[in-house]
This record gives sequence, C-alpha cells and structure tokens, in this order.
Amino acid sequence: MGQVKKYVVGCFDDEKVLFPAVKKVRAAGYKIQDVYTPMPVHGLDHALGMRETSLHTAGFIYGITGTTTALVCMSWIFTSDWPLNIGGKPHLPLPAFIPITFELTVLFAAVGMVLTFCYLCQLAPFVKKHHFHERATDDLMVMVIECTAKTNEEEVKAMLNSNGAVEVNVQEAPVGWWLGRYDRPSKLFKTREVAY
Amino acid sequence: MIKEQFEITGRYKQWAYALIGVGVLALVLGFVFLNVAGDANSFGVTKYWAVLMHNSIYFLLVAVAAMFFISATTMAMGGWQTSMRRVPEAISGYVYVGGAIALVILLGYVFGSQNTAIYHWKDAEHVAHDKVLTWKKGFLNPTFFSIATILVIGIWMALSYWYRKVSLAEDAGAPGDRSYFWKTIIICAAFIVVYGLTVGSTTPWLWLMSIDAHWFSTMYSWYTFASSWVAGLSLIMLFIVYLKNQGYLEYVNEEHIHDVGKFIFAFSIFWTYLWFSQYMLIWYSNQPEETVYFQPRLHGAYQGIFYLNLIINFVAPILILMKRSSKRNYATVTFMSVVLIFGHWLDFYQMIMPGSLKGDVNDGNSIGLFIFDMGVAAGFIGLIMLIVGNKLTKASLLPKNHPFVKESIVHHT
Repeated sequence: MGQVKKYVVGCFDDEKVLFPAVKKVRAAGYKIQDVYTPMPVHGLDHALGMRETSLHTAGFIYGITGTTTALVCMSWIFTSDWPLNIGGKPHLPLPAFIPITFELTVLFAAVGMVLTFCYLCQLAPFVKKHHFHERATDDLMVMVIECTAKTNEEEVKAMLNSNGAVEVNVQEAPVGWWLGRYDRPSKLFKTREVAY
Repeated sequence: MIKEQFEITGRYKQWAYALIGVGVLALVLGFVFLNVAGDANSFGVTKYWAVLMHNSIYFLLVAVAAMFFISATTMAMGGWQTSMRRVPEAISGYVYVGGAIALVILLGYVFGSQNTAIYHWKDAEHVAHDKVLTWKKGFLNPTFFSIATILVIGIWMALSYWYRKVSLAEDAGAPGDRSYFWKTIIICAAFIVVYGLTVGSTTPWLWLMSIDAHWFSTMYSWYTFASSWVAGLSLIMLFIVYLKNQGYLEYVNEEHIHDVGKFIFAFSIFWTYLWFSQYMLIWYSNQPEETVYFQPRLHGAYQGIFYLNLIINFVAPILILMKRSSKRNYATVTFMSVVLIFGHWLDFYQMIMPGSLKGDVNDGNSIGLFIFDMGVAAGFIGLIMLIVGNKLTKASLLPKNHPFVKESIVHHT
C-alpha cells in the first residue's frame, strides 16, 4: 500500500460555503490535496489553482498519429504493396482515403485520450484508492487537506469548522493506489428488514 | 455607468464611404472596360452580371445568417449571447437594403437583360429543344423564379423587421415583462422554419444551382447555408471585436468570444464535411452529367481558387482555431474572421463564375477581373458597415430587459 499520510477532511454541503472556505484554506498556506464532489462544480478547479489539463495536447498528438498512420498505410498498400485496379481509378485516390483517414484520426485520438485520462486519474480495473467520505458520491463536497510534520491538526479542524464544514475529521490514508480489496466492507445504506 | 449607446466615429464613416466609393468606381470602370453596352451574350456582359449576383447574394445571405443566429439561440434558450445580441440584430438590418439590391439584380437579370449565359433556362427557345430543361420547366422559369424571389426576400425582411420591433419595444417596456420574450420566440420559430425552407433548401437551387441548370446536387443548399453561416458568424465576431475596441459591450468578454469562436470553428468543419460529401459522391460514381460541375473547377482555369478555397476555409480554421487560447484571443479571432469572410466569398465565387462563364480561361486566370470582383465586394462591405453602424446607434447595446441578461453577464464556458 505504500506510504501513509495524514489528512484533515472537511465536508461541505453547499457550494456557496465551499468556495470561500477553499479560498481561506489556500490563503492560510495549507495544501488542499483535492476536493471530491458528487457533481462537477463550475470554477472549482480554478479556485483550487489547478493547472490547465494538457489532455487536449495529447489528443492532438494521438490524432495526427492516426492521420499519418492511415495515409501512409493506405498509400503504401495501394501503390507498392498490392496495387489493384478498381474501376480504372488512380492508385492514389486521395478523396477515397479521406473517410478512413478521418476514422483513424478519431479512433486514435479517442482511445489514446481515454487511456491517458485513466492513467492520469489512476483508474484501472481492480485498482483501489482510499475514499475519504462515502457521501462524496452522493451529496457532500469533501475537502482533503494534506498534513505535513509541522501542521497543527487542531488548528486546521477549527478553521474548517468556523468556515461552515458540516463534518470534520482526521484520517490516515495511503497516498497512492493499491490492487486488491478494501479492508472493510462498507455499509452505505441500512438494509431493509423485510418480514416474510 | 457603462457605455450602452454606440456612436459612429468619423473614421468609421470615412472608411464606409471610401469602400462604397471603391465599389461604385469598380462598377463604372467595369461597365466601360467590359463593354456592357455591347453584345448581350459577350464575355463582358456575363461577367458583369455574374459579379453583381455573386456579391449581392453572398452578402444578403450573410445578413440572413445573422438573423438565423438570433433565432437559433433564442429557440435553444441560449442566454449567453444576450449581452451581444444587438450586433446580429444590427447585421440583420442589412436584409432590407441587401434584399432590395439582390431583388433588383436578380429580377433585372431575368427580365431586363438579353444575356442568357448565366441562367440559360430563361431562354424559352433554348429550353424547347433541351430535354433536361424542358423537364425542369415547371420550376425553372422566369415567373416562378421572380415570385419565389420576391416572396423569400419579402418574408426575410418582414420577420427581421418584426423581430427588431419587439426587441426595441422590450427595452422601452417594464422590467420583468416576459411577454416580449415570448413574442420573440414565436418570431424566431417562424424564422427557423422559413430559413430551413429557403436558405436550407429552395433558394440556393433557384439563385445559384440553376446556373449549372443541367446539374444538380442534393447537398448544394446545405453547403451554401454552411458557407453563409460561417461568414455570418465571422461578421458578428468582427463587429463585437470592433465595439470592444471602442470601449463598448463591457459585459462581453473572452467567454463570449470563445463561444462564437467555437461556432466558427465547428461550422468550418461542418462546411468541409458538406463540401466533401458533395465532392466525393460525384468523384466516386464518376458519371459525366455529374462530374461536369467539377471539370472547370478542378482542372480548368479555377484550379487555384478551388484549392485555395479548401485551404482557407478548412485547413486554416482547423489549425488556427483549434486551441482554446486562440479562440479567446482577440487578435486571432479577428484575423480568422477576416480570412473566413474572404474565404467564403471565394467559395461563392467558385459556385457562380465557372458555370456562368463556361470555364472561360480569361476569367479564372485574370488578375484584372479579380480586382474588379474585389472592388465590387468592397462596395458591398462599405454598405454593410454603414447600415450596421447606423442600426447599432439606434438602440442601447445591452437589451437590459431581456430575461437572460444576467445569465449572459455571468456566462462562463
């Protein structure tokens, strides 16, 4: 499981409370590891000071790779590897190549970007990561602050509490991902007792 | 206090009048040097009429595209464009003058000229022993053509007049009164239907495709629409940037520029898609009655324009406008707007000229004639500047009682 770090976790149930809290925590110099939200929150990445993603640059590179692959492959096949006479058409018919070139461009860009995205987010089958709060996928916005040796947890907790967090706690969690299972089965909902 | 009231500067007026002057000069010089008073079916006369049609139809469709912008965004409840919607409104104000000019030129050509090189279906004697044209006679004849043209331009004018009236009444009305907004929805819904039935289908058949009367393509109208629509968006962009530079439109920022830029980018690709769909099917089936359209364009005197058209309308936008930061940069979007307005003007040029002039090598290769084209275009641009500038002064630049104003101000892409 690798390195284990200490985090102060604050949960918010309102965007309007979350944004000023993010601003204050950052201004105080604490490092926000991430804010886990159940839905996309407009402008949150900006408020967190996150770098603009370079996923689209990667996508462009994958795209032109697809374009060149398609064009090089087809022109090689139809001119030197296996020239065919198709209805008297030229051996290098660019218009007929364009749909396939387009498809390959899209395919390379799409598949490449999905894989890159999974890599960047450390998502893969059987890969597990620590959940700071189960309601982060339901109705809570979970702010996770990374602690260093010098961080005074009580101070951070007090700060989160005074900024409108509905729930504050300290967790020790592995930094990266691990393969396998979660330690304990979590019970999200109360099982209904049915009388037969 | 923000600057809501646009005032035309002297420089703007000078430029507009200078461009109109260039246009008039080009028309006069063209009249003399192309010997328009001479033989009706000579090269010069055909060229003169073709140039007039090219520019009047192109700039009219660009202005109608601005009205389509308003309609589409209104119908989609797109609030983001509210703070800049007075710009497309003002551009659609060109529909009256541009429509009148196009009407005069088209009807003038059909009824007033002896020339039959552009619309050879108007020559009854020729149609009588032309099997294809006899078959199309119910559709391609002077009476049908003129009724349809008058009707189409009339409806465009009426709807944009009605829209403008309601939009101005909203400014004067009580804040929070939604009745004006619902009225604009009715007008815009009507306009979308009209636009689909005119620019989206029949009008390009009559005005442009009938130049190559034997040939037809079911892609043609969409392709014309895409061309005029990209040019219309570019013109909207240019006016927004101009007004921003002059210190107006304070609530319009990079977010709005970005969205218009996305539109320009996306519809440039859409244009290419339609262009290619039309081209590839004809190329693939390789039938003489279809390939005749591309013969003069691809192999004749218009070869350079054919490839230039693809480069500036597809390669340039896809490479330059792809990045997010370039769609948010005033300099790049201005540059691309100018390039695309010229590019689609060139696209209309290659729709009209080869068919009218029967691939005459004098035309596509002659720089002098191209300068004549550009001169007439300059006149129309001056006219658009003058009219749009005037329309912008007529109302506050912020439709302050529009229900989506706040949404537009806080807009964030």
